[in-house]
Amino acid sequence: MALVLTEEQTMLRDSARGLIGDKAPIAHLRKLRDERDATGFSRELWKSFTEMGFAGLLVPEEFGGSGLGCVEAGVVMEEIGRNLTPSPFLSTAVLAASALARGGSDAQKKAYLPKIADGSLIAALAVDEGAKHRPTKIALQATRAGNGFKLKGAKALVVDGHVADLLIVAARSAGNPGDVDGLTLFLVDPKAKGVSIERTVMVDAHNAARISLDNVEVDTDHVLGEVDRGGALLEGVLNVGRAAVAAEMLGVADEAFGRTVAYLKERKQFGKLIGEFQALQHRAAHLYTEIEIVRAAVLKALQAIDTDPENAGFAVSVAKAKAGTVATLAVQEGVQMHGGMGMTDQFDVGLFMKRARVLQELFGDANYHAEALAAWKKY
Amino acid sequence: MPDAQNLDQFRRDTRAWLEANCPAEMRTPMQGDEDNFWGGRNAKFASDAQKVWFERMRDKGWTVPDWPTQYGGGGLDPAQAKVLREEMAAIGARSPLSSFGIWMLGPALLKYGNEQQKAEHLPKIARGEIRWCQGYSEPNAGSDLASLQTRAVPDGDDFIINGSKIWTSYANYADWIFCLVRTDASAKKHDGISFILFDMASPGVTTKPILLISGKSPFCETFFDNVRVPQSHVVGTVNRGWDVAKYLLQHERAMISGMGGRDGGRPLGQVAADSLGTDDQGRLDDPMLRGQIAAFDVDEAALACAAERAVDLAKAGQLHPAFSSAMKYYGTELNKRRHEILMSAGGIDALEWESERSHDGARARAWLRTKANSIEGGTSEVMLGIVAKRILDLPGA
Repeated sequence: MALVLTEEQTMLRDSARGLIGDKAPIAHLRKLRDERDATGFSRELWKSFTEMGFAGLLVPEEFGGSGLGCVEAGVVMEEIGRNLTPSPFLSTAVLAASALARGGSDAQKKAYLPKIADGSLIAALAVDEGAKHRPTKIALQATRAGNGFKLKGAKALVVDGHVADLLIVAARSAGNPGDVDGLTLFLVDPKAKGVSIERTVMVDAHNAARISLDNVEVDTDHVLGEVDRGGALLEGVLNVGRAAVAAEMLGVADEAFGRTVAYLKERKQFGKLIGEFQALQHRAAHLYTEIEIVRAAVLKALQAIDTDPENAGFAVSVAKAKAGTVATLAVQEGVQMHGGMGMTDQFDVGLFMKRARVLQELFGDANYHAEALAAWKKY
Repeated sequence: MPDAQNLDQFRRDTRAWLEANCPAEMRTPMQGDEDNFWGGRNAKFASDAQKVWFERMRDKGWTVPDWPTQYGGGGLDPAQAKVLREEMAAIGARSPLSSFGIWMLGPALLKYGNEQQKAEHLPKIARGEIRWCQGYSEPNAGSDLASLQTRAVPDGDDFIINGSKIWTSYANYADWIFCLVRTDASAKKHDGISFILFDMASPGVTTKPILLISGKSPFCETFFDNVRVPQSHVVGTVNRGWDVAKYLLQHERAMISGMGGRDGGRPLGQVAADSLGTDDQGRLDDPMLRGQIAAFDVDEAALACAAERAVDLAKAGQLHPAFSSAMKYYGTELNKRRHEILMSAGGIDALEWESERSHDGARARAWLRTKANSIEGGTSEVMLGIVAKRILDLPGA
């Protein structure tokens, strides 16, 4: 497969760019932030996303979606990154849709996938518990009880957790934290007894929640995939999420960079455009090169998931690690090259810095994925 | 999808042919420059396997798989050429012929040469009969290439060439040179340059190797003392050689940016584990170095994606012509980092300079050699300047 977007994918990108740029530019995020909006995203915008087919992008056609692939999801994520657009696209259209399509029973697919596609259901994936992303260390306990399980434990950084109609919770049903095996995924009703959800106001003004489960009862119908063998399903879904987040970071990096280059061409100091200074030119050219490399690595990862999901982990880790490092560099350089203005809330570049910081942590930072590569290559 | 089917069939045929025809010795990583076969009038093969491999590939036109068959190429389309590269990489097959004619002159001749020049030179390049060197840099020009002073003065149907070149790689072994000369001293500096080809055996041409910090010398100084060259040897238009030179440099930079991958080197993590050992969990027994290698592996794998994408973009007509400068910059910096890590991993053992055990200091010499990567073919700083000016359109760059 050629590492360039097809004509159809380019058209999708253009329509996503049009819609998001038009209806949800950065001012949209600012408004939600400044008004301390309880939902944290716009239902009206999500309706537009749904009408464009974005909500059901990864939902198979038989369940009301368009059955497209991760490359298409990545194309939308990149535009979301450019505009810092808050929406349930990642939590619901990417993560939950992938989890249900890959691991769901027929009944589960019928119950949830059409609602994801028509925009009526928001879902959230709850994985991380500690300060860093370590899926094997999941400790949230699933104990057999009666005709089902009791869940006890807590999750952090659950994207859209406080607005979700459905939680997908990764729990330990066997073994000990640190074991690769012994994980099970559960579909949990956020209104169920024992579930408490705290919206956490994050540095980037995007939705996230801390969730705690105090002996929450779920029956076996609500197991997603196989009991004790949810690790592989979870890893597959996380890989989709990681590649999607890498695509969002590409959008963040490229947009922050584009704005920085534009600033270099208009800001005068010492009687010259600052873009004339070689010290800045070389840093900009370096950053350009890094971003183009990220663009290729991200597309490679997205294509790998679509064509050979079993073996996509390597390409995904390369993309997530590289995108994390480069997005960090891009936003830091962006703030620095904007000088004092870069430190003001009025200028957007600082918002890119905050978002990049969150995306870097989400589903494993650059170190986590470099470590994964080292383990992969056995050294 | 008949095209995809044809391509699958081509892949199966190619795989089978390579399996049957590539000798086992030609599937191992190259150890040093002697493992390159450079061709030329005085070509010598380092081994029978090298000879067999070269001749079989030459006979299929696969020394230059994507050149037209009429010029000795394989006539493959870009998709087939990619399949061939992938299948060669899959078995670790060495390149059968190393050649500045292939990497640099050939593409320029295909674009700017007249029919007679193409028919004369391209097949000989494809068959490894003539070894070429490049006469670009001059002692006082350096990165400011267009300030070159070597003069070519008309005399009847000929030019008389006087001047000198520096950093002419393997000039002492080359049969012919492609050379930038000043044909109009009064024009603006980019406008009075011509691109000309001539035989290194011409009277008045002398070469002198330059000893480098690596103790070896691919580079020479080259002197021209009243060298007589027919004017018909100019490629493209007289005084418009800068266009040819720039086009060729794009290919040179793409070639250099790929050098890190082309050495077929073993994975750094394995090399380091061999010399430093592993802990009880199989992890490299030096956590800081392990982290450096992991970060390097991320960058190298990502760069490989970008190289692959550049090929696909070029095929789709979407590649920015200056992108090779970005790749040259990144690839050479990464290759230097690779060799710093190799030296770290080797520790004291990597410092040996003259011994059989160290293959005559191969690792240290290779490390020192890489320091030239970000200088030759345009320094990293020049590459960044090109990106800033031509791609980012920054002012006054």
